Amino acid sequence: MHDPFPSATPPIVDIRRLSRHFGEKQALNDVSLTVPRGGVFGLIGGNGAGKTTLIKHLLGMLKPQHGTVQIFGLDPVANPVGTLGRIGYLSEERDLPDWMRVGELMRYTQAFFPNWDDSFAEELRDAFDLDKNARVKTLSRGQRARAGLLVALAHRPELLVLDEPSSGLDPVVRRDILGAIIRTIADEGRTVLFSSHLLDEVERVADRVAIIHQGRILLTASMEEIKQQHRRVTLRFETTQDQPPALVGTLSSTGSGYEWTYVCSGERIQLHRAAEAIGATVVDDAALSLDEIFVSRILS
Amino acid sequence: MQIHISTNDGVPIYLQVVNQIKFLIASGRLAAGAELLPIRVLASQLLVNPNTIARAYRELEMAGIVEKRRTNGTYVSEQGSPLARRERVKILTERIDALLAEASNLGVELDDVMKLVQQRYASIQSTRVNQSLQNQE
Repeated sequence: MHDPFPSATPPIVDIRRLSRHFGEKQALNDVSLTVPRGGVFGLIGGNGAGKTTLIKHLLGMLKPQHGTVQIFGLDPVANPVGTLGRIGYLSEERDLPDWMRVGELMRYTQAFFPNWDDSFAEELRDAFDLDKNARVKTLSRGQRARAGLLVALAHRPELLVLDEPSSGLDPVVRRDILGAIIRTIADEGRTVLFSSHLLDEVERVADRVAIIHQGRILLTASMEEIKQQHRRVTLRFETTQDQPPALVGTLSSTGSGYEWTYVCSGERIQLHRAAEAIGATVVDDAALSLDEIFVSRILS
Repeated sequence: MQIHISTNDGVPIYLQVVNQIKFLIASGRLAAGAELLPIRVLASQLLVNPNTIARAYRELEMAGIVEKRRTNGTYVSEQGSPLARRERVKILTERIDALLAEASNLGVELDDVMKLVQQRYASIQSTRVNQSLQNQE
């Protein structure tokens, strides 16, 4: 899709034709994706769509079988030091060392990151109400996520990567996570990439979105383009129809008799012209939520 | 500055912010010269992308409804009043259209709708008078 603001700076993430299989299962299939510097990039897909596998390639935890992965212009497998130190990462499992106390976890993580900001770390610990002396093992699920978020944020990374940050968390902790994403990009030039299947959250915070399904990227565009280019129209025909008459760009359709509702990709004017061309009147026309767009894309 | 964002109805978030700020100005809850919340503050409060809020403020600025002063802050324009009037008429028109559609569905004639509007007005006025009398006591 055409980018109205081609950036002079190279992308933070540049993935080209990446494929990966685990035994028989094709986890990623010819994935190309660029994440521009600045802003929030939302990677959306259902369970097992390939989100985590993609993220593991960014962090150099998996080596590409086919294709290339570059992050800050570097290969993360060959340059773990040059890349990992600039990334803050919160995994879906929030795999933290269980035996440590929160204070120890902070000191331990600090050792890996020259840019660690002590006062920011303390500020976050205070805001998240984390006890320095509590063992990681004893933390509730929400507090564990907050601890993971703290160590991902406290070195003020250029790129914050969050894999399903909200999954299984209560609304209060989810607010903290969204707040952290917003604070991160409010600082000039920093970038957030997060994967999620909670689409209302993605719609709130993402500038750009990629939909991944069965290891393939189905769609990547700015949130605005995605919203503009999908509509739900209800058409009324002069005679009853047994099947929904074909409409250009249809992703899904439901209805009966005189009236049929279509979820379509295409801009408003195009759709109205197309409806006219098949002899129908538009009786209802609405923009879609990201959730509805995602579902119709996946099912089509 | 109370704004509520919904992600269920498909209206782009920046547009929801634009519409609600227009509404707040038209209804007098944001007066001419009032300062809008800083972009970052509103973004954190609503939990939406700061770029989205910036986009909404830009739209409002281009429409002359708000203005940037020097580098600090966005304020409701002083000359916002004629625009606010137009906006008020627009808001009322939408409500009236909805009312008329409802009346037509229920088979109520226009004359009866008008009578009902006047009755309601009289009733609300008398309640207000009573309340202010009570307050004075």
